This record gives sequence, structure tokens and C-alpha cells, in this order.
Amino acid sequence: MTAIDAAFRRLRTSGERGLVVYLTAGDPTPAASLRYLRAAADAGADIIEVGVPFSDPTADGPTIEAASRRALSSGMNVPGALELVRRFRGTHATPVVLFGYCNPFLRYGWPSLCEDAREAGVDGFLVVDLPFEERGEALPAIRKAGLDWIPLAAPTSGMARVRAVDRAGSGFLYLISVTGVTGVRKTLPPEVAAWTRKVAKATRLPVAIGFGISSPALAAAATRYADAAVVGSACVKIVERNGRGPRGPAELSRFVRSLKKALR
Amino acid sequence: MPDPAGHFGPFGGRYVAETLMSALIELEKAYRKAWRSRSFHRELDGLLKNYAGRPTPLYFAERLTEKAGGARIHIKREDLAHTGSHKINNTLGQGLLARRMGKRRIIAETGAGQHGVATATVCARMGIPCEIFMGEEDVRRQSHNVFRMRLLGARVNTVTSGSRTLKDAMNEALRDWVTNVRTTYYLIGSTAGPHPYPEMVRDFQSVIGREALPQFRRAEGKLPTAIVACVGGGSNAMGIFTSFLRYPRVRLYGVEAGGLGLSSGKHGATLSRGKVGVLHGSKSFLLQDANGQILEAHSISAGLDYPGVGPEHAWLKETGRAEYVSVTDAQALSGFSLLSRYEGIQAALESSHAVAFAYRLAKSMRPSETVLLNLSGRGDKDMGILMELPEGGRP
Repeated sequence: MTAIDAAFRRLRTSGERGLVVYLTAGDPTPAASLRYLRAAADAGADIIEVGVPFSDPTADGPTIEAASRRALSSGMNVPGALELVRRFRGTHATPVVLFGYCNPFLRYGWPSLCEDAREAGVDGFLVVDLPFEERGEALPAIRKAGLDWIPLAAPTSGMARVRAVDRAGSGFLYLISVTGVTGVRKTLPPEVAAWTRKVAKATRLPVAIGFGISSPALAAAATRYADAAVVGSACVKIVERNGRGPRGPAELSRFVRSLKKALR
Repeated sequence: MPDPAGHFGPFGGRYVAETLMSALIELEKAYRKAWRSRSFHRELDGLLKNYAGRPTPLYFAERLTEKAGGARIHIKREDLAHTGSHKINNTLGQGLLARRMGKRRIIAETGAGQHGVATATVCARMGIPCEIFMGEEDVRRQSHNVFRMRLLGARVNTVTSGSRTLKDAMNEALRDWVTNVRTTYYLIGSTAGPHPYPEMVRDFQSVIGREALPQFRRAEGKLPTAIVACVGGGSNAMGIFTSFLRYPRVRLYGVEAGGLGLSSGKHGATLSRGKVGVLHGSKSFLLQDANGQILEAHSISAGLDYPGVGPEHAWLKETGRAEYVSVTDAQALSGFSLLSRYEGIQAALESSHAVAFAYRLAKSMRPSETVLLNLSGRGDKDMGILMELPEGGRP
């Protein structure tokens, strides 16, 4: 059983829904981003997605795109993200998913990446532009290192694909709530509930729903049929506003607490 | 031919967000069905003939040949196609496909604006709303084409992220598509992007080689010794190469943007200097740093200013079937000038790269040998760039 499995088992036992927090590694600097990661974990995030910045993040909206730019200008890259996780691991046990785009991972090389990631304390990988069909180059190395490969399902996927990615993946299923890029949304369309319910019923993995979830109320509504909510851009906006400022981690901590409260 | 999942050897494939996967599968099915359909080809062929002005001529460049004093140079005149470049071959094909699929909106990325103009043209012809994504830098240097697109009724969205060129325009187009995927058709202009685009765009462009092969045989009574085409993403090159792939003695040359020189680091010579990676949905050669971040390309020609290249070109390079060379900004300007002065043909700066190399190559060859040069587009759009240069770009 992986750390991510254990987290969902614990959530199920306690009857609460999980909170997955996304933050971009190195945003705005490596040291500041470690403070934000720790604040999120201390405030009750059940899983943390650490985003590896990429120069061309085509699945991300303006908020995370800007965070990626800030992180890249602070010198962040795959080795830096691994170092960040290693330092976070020194103080926290919260499961970490490395989130990113194919190319930086491919350049590092999947076999050595997975070994180094496990050694740094990473628990799983989520690669936005590596669909089920192309998993062959990464999945064996991920499995060999005993890490989880978090699959994605989208509103356009259709149930046959949802079942297939559910079977191929492990840890949890990342359910994309709406067609589009990442980013804060005020509301989610009404069909999200029925769609989530259908997916949750048809899959074996815990379901974490993400994209557009920006407030405790939305997180609660989105997880009516899901096991967890992923909150990314709304957290990144706090980093964007505060930067390296001393009040940033405290503000993130308050926000994460409010989200977690709504999920209990 | 690629494998069923769109791989040319280790290249190609489908590296996109899950949200786009079903759209790509739907597109592939619709494309295969259309390609098998007689009525689709009847309609496409009719438009290529009466609307786009095909077949384009094959022209023997007598004075350029004389000046080079080597191989005989023939030019496939894609610059004479409607809208001013080969791009119309593909946009007509995909435009018809979009209509068959019942899509209500078409989006496209563009670098030099030739694909943008060709897309806006086809959308006007079919009455489908059109939005073009174009980098701010390209909007500035190819303002002539921006004006044309707007006159055709298209909305031009200026992209201000990254290097503000073709790569960033494609990023924005992908973001739009992932958001509006159910109603929108993404009309990619090059043999790049996720499967089935590289194969589909090649098929629609392969009309160039299908015409050129018999035209050349009629003119010379044999196959060309060498074929030369410029390569950004690679659509005009695949268009002329495809019919000749089965003749191993025909040498194929792709000419990339050498920019300020390969050692300057400011170039678009992806196949010469890039490393294998994934960008915009497929695996191919890329200009990237040691950490896998994409580098900015540089070229005087917006259409070659791209850090990636189509996966089939990567495969042709790996297998050695085609050779890839580069031509600098300055050499391309000389190519433009040569063709203008000796043949009265003003080529696009993209195509001028091919002109410069074809001339150099012909010079090194025997008079009994021949060069087939694909002139992908005309240079009207580049007059602004040339006027800004000292001496108007005259060497």
C-alpha cells in the first residue's frame, strides 16, 4: 500500500473528504515555496501536488502559467523540484505527487527520474500531456520505483476510456471537472455532479475532482460524489499576491483550513 | 505511413491533455472516412482546381540555372496558389472536413500569417466563424497578413506570452481548443501537432508532389536528382517529398532556418541542433535546454521561427532518407534577391531559404543533373521586413 492509498483509506475511515493542494515548485523562489508547502501541509492538506514548471504549459490557464514563469526565473527545474520535496520530507509525511508536463521528465530520463523521485520522497506522478495511450515509456519505471501513476479523466473521455485509465492507474483518479484549462472559476456547471457520480460508481480508484475549484463552498459541492477536491489556481493566487512576503504562508494556511473544514 | 497510433518510428504520437483525446480520435475517424469518400475528393479537387488555381506550374528557371552554372533548376510554383502559398491545399481539405463534422467554429495558429490567411479564406468561403492566434512579434512583422485576415472576417488574437511567435500562438490555440473542444475545429497548418495532424496535413499537401512528379517527368524525361524545400514545421516539404519517397535515388533536402548562424544560438535549426522531446502533442526534435525547457527559435522568416518540427521529418532524418541543412538570415536574403533579379519571382522569406540552398547545391552539381525547388509562397507579405533593412535587403 502506497502513502496515497493510506491517505485515502484514512479519509474513508474518518468519513471526511480529502483535500489535494497544488503549488508550483520554486514559486516565487525555492525557499519561499518550501514555506508554502509546509503551511499547506500543516493546515491539513491530505495530498500535495508539486508542479514542475514548464516553459509551455498548454493545459494551464493564466494563473499557473504565470507561476511557472516565476518559478523558471527562480531557476526551478526537475532536480530543483526533487530537492524541494526532499527538504519537505525532512519535516512532513504528507504524500506528494509530482505534477508536470512530459518534456522536462523525458529529458531527465524516466528510469533515473523515478529512482531519484522515490529517494527524494515523491509518492506519485501526474503528467498532464501523457495520456493513457502513451504511458508505455513512463509507467514501467514508475511502477518499478513503487510509485503511483495518477491517471486523468475528462468530461469528454467517455466511460470506456474512464474505465481503462482507472485500471491502468493507481493512487487516485484525477477527474477534470470541465473542459478547459486550469484556473479559478466562480461556479461549476450543474452537470458536474451527475458526471462525477457516474465516474465514481464505475471506477475502483478514489476520485479527486479538480479544475476551477476556488472556494470552500465549491469544494464541498464538487465532492458530493467524489473522494477529494483538488485546489490549485486559488492557492497559487495567494502565492502570487504575497510572493516571498511573511504573511503569504499564513494566508495560505487560513485558506487551506477553510477548505478542509468544508470537506469534513 | 505511421503506425495506427500515429508514430513514425519513435516520433509522433499523441501527447495531449486527456480532454483533447476523444476529439483527436473523433477527428481521425472523420478524416479516414472523408479520405475514403468519393464525394469528399470530388469537392476538394473541384476547389483545388477552380478556387485555388491548381495545378500550379512547374517552371524551368533558365537564367538562375545559367547563373549557377550547374544542375538545371525547376521551380514548383506554390507561390501562385490562391492566397499566396501552399497553405491553401491543407486549409481547403480540413475546412471541408470541419464542415462535414458539423463544427461551428474554426481556430488556427499562424506564424508568417500565410496559414492564417489561408484559414480565414476558407472560413469566408464556407461561412464558418474563424479565430486566428498569432504572436505579437509576428503580428508586427507580418502586419500585411494580419490586415488580410481581418478583411476576410477573421478575428486575430494577439498572443503576448513567451517569445510572442508561432510556438506561443500554438500554445494559445491549444488552450482555446481544450476549452471549446465540443464545438470548435482546430485547423493546424503544419505537419506537426498530435496524431492525426502530421499525417492528415501531409496527405492534403501531398498534392504538390503528385503534380510535380509527372510535370517534372514531362519536362526532363526523368526524375529530379535532388528536391529542395524549406522546413519550419515541415508542411510544404512533406507535400513535395511524399510522392518521391519511394524513389531512393532522389535526394531530399529540407532547409531549416539558420538565423544568425548555428553557433550564435539564434536559429530555428531544430533537426540540425535539437534534441528529442515532446511539444505541442508529438515527439520530435526540439530546441530545448538541458532541463527540457523549450528555447526560443530565431529566424528572419516568421514561418520558420519555431523550435519544433514535424515528426515525419524527424523520422526521415533518423532513417537518412532526407538530409537537413540550414541557411542563415543573410543567405536567405541573398536567395530572395537572386530569384527576384534573375527570374522576376519574389519569394517569401521562408521559401527564400530553399532558394539559397538550391542555388548553392545546383552550383556544385553537373549540368546533366537537376534540382526541383519547391517555392512554397510569395513574398508580398515580407515587403515590410525588407523595407526596414538597410538597402532594402539588397546585398
